[in-house]
Amino acid sequence: MHAIEKILAKNSGRSVVRAGEIVTAKIDFAEINDLYLQTVYSFYEMGGKKVWDNTRAAFVFDHYAPAPDIKSATNHLEMRKFARDNDLRFHFDTNCGVCHQVMPEAGVIYPGMIVVATDSHTTTHGAFGAMGTGCGATDMATILMTGELWFRVPEIIQVRLAGEAPKGVYPKDVILHVLGKLKADGAVYKAIDFTGSYVDSLNVAGRMVVCNMAVEIGAKTAYMQPNEDVLEYVSRRAVRPYEVQYTDPDFEYEESYVFDVSILEPLLACPHSVDNVDTLANVIAAGPVEVTQGYIGSCTGGREEDIAIAAEILCGKEIPKYARLIIVPASNEVMQICMEKGYIQDLMKAGATVTTPGCGACLGAHEGILAPGEVCVSSTNRNFPGRMGSALADIYLASPATVAASILNGRITDPRDHI
Amino acid sequence: MKAQFAGKVTVVGNNIDTDQIYPGCFLALTDGKEIGSHCLAGVDEAIAANFPEGGIVVAGTNFGCGSSREHAPIALVNMGAAAVVADSFARIFFRNAINLGLPLIVCKGISKKVKDGQTIIIDIEKGIITIEETREELICDQLGEQAMKILEAGGIKPLMRSRFGADE
Repeated sequence: MHAIEKILAKNSGRSVVRAGEIVTAKIDFAEINDLYLQTVYSFYEMGGKKVWDNTRAAFVFDHYAPAPDIKSATNHLEMRKFARDNDLRFHFDTNCGVCHQVMPEAGVIYPGMIVVATDSHTTTHGAFGAMGTGCGATDMATILMTGELWFRVPEIIQVRLAGEAPKGVYPKDVILHVLGKLKADGAVYKAIDFTGSYVDSLNVAGRMVVCNMAVEIGAKTAYMQPNEDVLEYVSRRAVRPYEVQYTDPDFEYEESYVFDVSILEPLLACPHSVDNVDTLANVIAAGPVEVTQGYIGSCTGGREEDIAIAAEILCGKEIPKYARLIIVPASNEVMQICMEKGYIQDLMKAGATVTTPGCGACLGAHEGILAPGEVCVSSTNRNFPGRMGSALADIYLASPATVAASILNGRITDPRDHI
Repeated sequence: MKAQFAGKVTVVGNNIDTDQIYPGCFLALTDGKEIGSHCLAGVDEAIAANFPEGGIVVAGTNFGCGSSREHAPIALVNMGAAAVVADSFARIFFRNAINLGLPLIVCKGISKKVKDGQTIIIDIEKGIITIEETREELICDQLGEQAMKILEAGGIKPLMRSRFGADE
């Protein structure tokens, strides 16, 4: 069996599961974000009384942190009441950050577990050897009532990433390359196992970037076999004992793809689709693309490593007068580290705006909305029409280095000239 | 859920993501009717305003990709959609819609065969869609057993209510 199948088997009380089977599995941790007051409504509509286990469910208020209007503030109030009424042990209010960063930091993510959250980017936790998957509000309400959810055991695709990334090529470029090849529906209903020497040597943050965007290929979940970095990270934080699962050597993948990372160059996902991927060189060759906003943040591109490279590129420089750069640290912890290391100060001196840790403008909620005709280069995960505001704005997805270099020049720019 | 029903068709394209079905700027709303009035605003704001009660949305591949927001199927239901028929669906959207009792039908190639304003007749049990104007019959994929069980109960909520004895 594959490690993912072993996780599903263990949590559904079976010795073996196979692709295509429907199983009902115990959920080790359930997270509800602040877009999903409907979860509370569905819970009571279905006759829910108390959350099944107050140590295994939590709210993270990240999409509206802090509340931008009366409606979202009222939603927060109702969710806080539900959390209090159920005496939830963990609660992450508007002072914490993006759920997919906050949960691992708090130690509720560890190898061999199943985490379900009301957020599609829950595939991120494959970085830790966990099975993470997103669901909607009513599915979440059934989990809060029963501690379980039904799953179809997914077919598993192997994406082997071999070699070392050249200078200027970051995990974001690598996953954009995979996305451009497999396309936005390349893994619908399936799981992706990222393997290979590149993955083995990737640090925690880099692994999270790659697994995070697996959902943009349609994947139900992503997986990476934990490496030393991961085990060191979780050993300091995990709130429960855990067991790493391993894929059997004779496991047969449904499909396998191999990509040589060493020949990649910086990439962009061009408007208006995540799989509309081209090389930076091609885009630049087609003519200058003026940029009005740079954005570094989100569960994809708002970690210490992302802010560090932007600070390195922009230290001692100044962004153009009529351009703007928005930095949204992924969590309170990330922001504090970046302040201790002076990155935040360097970026602010260069003209950046730093906002509250959270999801910010990534989904067009607040703090950096785009006007019609604007162009944003962003380290986030989606460039759908209207995603960050006006449907008439263009969003290019890129590595944080490309964002920083581009905003510095006021047009899309190759970061290799700046590092 | 009715085994057979007919509705006027509204056709949209491939990879219609949940931001286009329900834009992020409306996510704090909680009233169903209000949510329904913004349905598919990211494709064309006129769709919800003119959508006929019991109409059917026809889409290309990967309908509902992107964010897990349940607002997307809630908006479709409240706009008056009786079903969505597509070449394929994204996974989380699929679960969310079935949970709400909104039938989703996979019918490969449908988005190229029907035009806005035509009427289709859906027979879920037989897995056949008939285009009323041309009488052409299209074969659909069968829904899985679990999804059918939820749809037949009218969604996950009635199922859970009976399991937890909430109606007694």
